[in-house]
Amino acid sequence: MAELLHPGLLLVVAGIALAALSGRARTAVTLLAPAAAVALVLAMPDGVAWRGTFLGYPVVPYAVDALSRLFALVFAIMAFGGGLFAIRQENRIEVPAAFVYAGSAIGVTLAGDLITVFAFWELMALGSTLVIWSAGTGAAYRASMRYLMIHLFGGVVLMAGIAGHVATTGSTAFERIALDSPAHWLILAGFLVNAGAPPLSAWLPDAYPEASWSGTVFLSAFTTKTAVYVLIRAFPGTELLVFVGLFMIFYGIVYALLENDMRRILAYSIVNQVGFMIVGIGIGTQMSLNGAAAHAFTHILYKALLLMSAGAVLYQTGRRKCTDLGGLFRTMPLTMICGTIGALSISSFPLTSGFVSKSMVGQAALDGHLDVVWLCLAAASAGVFLHAGIKFPWFVFFQKDSGLRPPEAPWSQRLAMILFAALCIGLGIFYAPLYRLLPYPVDYVPYTGAHVVEMLQLLLFSGLAFFVMLPMLKRTLTITLDADWFWRKLGPALASASRSGIVAVDRAIRGAALGAMAGGLARLSSALGDRGRFARAYSTGAMVLWVAILLAFYLFLYYL
Amino acid sequence: MNEPTHWLVRPRTIRILWGVFVAILAATVVAGAFVGHVGHGGLADTFGFGAWFGFVACAALILFAKALGMLLKRPDTYYDERRDG
Repeated sequence: MAELLHPGLLLVVAGIALAALSGRARTAVTLLAPAAAVALVLAMPDGVAWRGTFLGYPVVPYAVDALSRLFALVFAIMAFGGGLFAIRQENRIEVPAAFVYAGSAIGVTLAGDLITVFAFWELMALGSTLVIWSAGTGAAYRASMRYLMIHLFGGVVLMAGIAGHVATTGSTAFERIALDSPAHWLILAGFLVNAGAPPLSAWLPDAYPEASWSGTVFLSAFTTKTAVYVLIRAFPGTELLVFVGLFMIFYGIVYALLENDMRRILAYSIVNQVGFMIVGIGIGTQMSLNGAAAHAFTHILYKALLLMSAGAVLYQTGRRKCTDLGGLFRTMPLTMICGTIGALSISSFPLTSGFVSKSMVGQAALDGHLDVVWLCLAAASAGVFLHAGIKFPWFVFFQKDSGLRPPEAPWSQRLAMILFAALCIGLGIFYAPLYRLLPYPVDYVPYTGAHVVEMLQLLLFSGLAFFVMLPMLKRTLTITLDADWFWRKLGPALASASRSGIVAVDRAIRGAALGAMAGGLARLSSALGDRGRFARAYSTGAMVLWVAILLAFYLFLYYL
Repeated sequence: MNEPTHWLVRPRTIRILWGVFVAILAATVVAGAFVGHVGHGGLADTFGFGAWFGFVACAALILFAKALGMLLKRPDTYYDERRDG
């Protein structure tokens, strides 16, 4: 039965329907559609469910294996949690757009061919742009346009790669791709744009924090993790990805350390966490690919939880800068506890979901004798606690007393946070069901004495460094320049600087064209004006001669 | 705003929390001596590897971020659009 209904398309259709609904019907669809998608994903049988042809090419819009089921499941759970959290969202477009976005992300995970991947890939870009745009502020509109430009660019690169791949191999199948042709490099580049990889990582912290209090929760989940999914499927074991991933890990930490906006801190930490997954994909063993997939699953849940707690704070206080916040534990204890659980999970604290997933990537590095990579990952694990694990809860909920006494988050937000906090702790303790869902058989025990103690040492001494060096981490009303400077400052500056040159060239071209037109008009007027050749009076004899010539010409044509 | 100081932010509580924190730090280092190492060879075999490496890594990251910040920090109004021109 499950193969008759596509869970992604179900969410897309529900999202479109939702735009027309209001009141209880809207709430019901917001909760029931993702719940139905979760049930469908769990019921999907392995194998190809739908196949067809598009413009003469075979397409497989609905194919299932362990990897696609894992990602589709967490995307559907995320749509449910995000929908629940956003029940009080008054904007009528955001949640419908988010469901189209979530549904198309599921569509990518169930795509068996590159054409379907591309179609859902672009639909994701549109849905996510609408989610940012629906925040309704000028800053959000401008950020959504920048976001759309980057993603349409990424889409063009991907399309060029897919076209080249199909032209040379004749196959549209979405399977492992070797980096042996320019087309395949383009496909990799298109995927990496969405993963938040350098050099365009800046689109993520630029755009996501501009969405509404609930919009950012949806945004954190789908685009980057869909990219992780397609990279696991197409480019496992590509060594370059180890370096790309390590760069992302440390870029995320350093920029998050310098950041003052709580949601931009969390946005940078998305890049950081996706970096761990990309390293896992680059290592390319069964253990590391399992680790990357598991970490994507747990990351979606704890990052959503973190952004829910940040969203609840924004909803209640209207503030997002660490310099304006602090001391909120007094009146928002549940939000603080849930945010802290998310913070512990992202830091891979034992008994949280991050511990059972991220450690597999480290173990794979050890098993492959990649000692430097392993040391970098260990340093980064400490760094995660530093930039997100302590920094976020400390500056938002503790730090100084900002004097703010907002009430606790409303029930819908509280329920969503409790659900995701329970999942973070639950998966950290009862990890076997998650391990069973992974693409390869798991032969790994996360809770060994050495591993738990070493992780505790890394994290707690990272905490010590945080508090000892706290004066150096004091927040200021600043941002840190990133690659988006090139398209937000340099590009416009170059355009305005070259404006005078462009104006001069434009004036010269238009002057020459107008002069040529004026000369032409003068000649026409001398020919056609009231004193022109055609306006003159001709003698009857001349006219008869011309008529005779024309008739002779007709006669000639007739016999031809 | 005449509410009493929350117990969690009283100096006495903070002193106790620091004491507990230091005790836990020491406990993890001691425990490390009994459970062996995750990594093999080189730095990973040193005593209290996670402890000193975690601290040094974080201190280095903070210092690096601070230095980068000196170069790349701008007021947070830097990108604000000027629509009056």
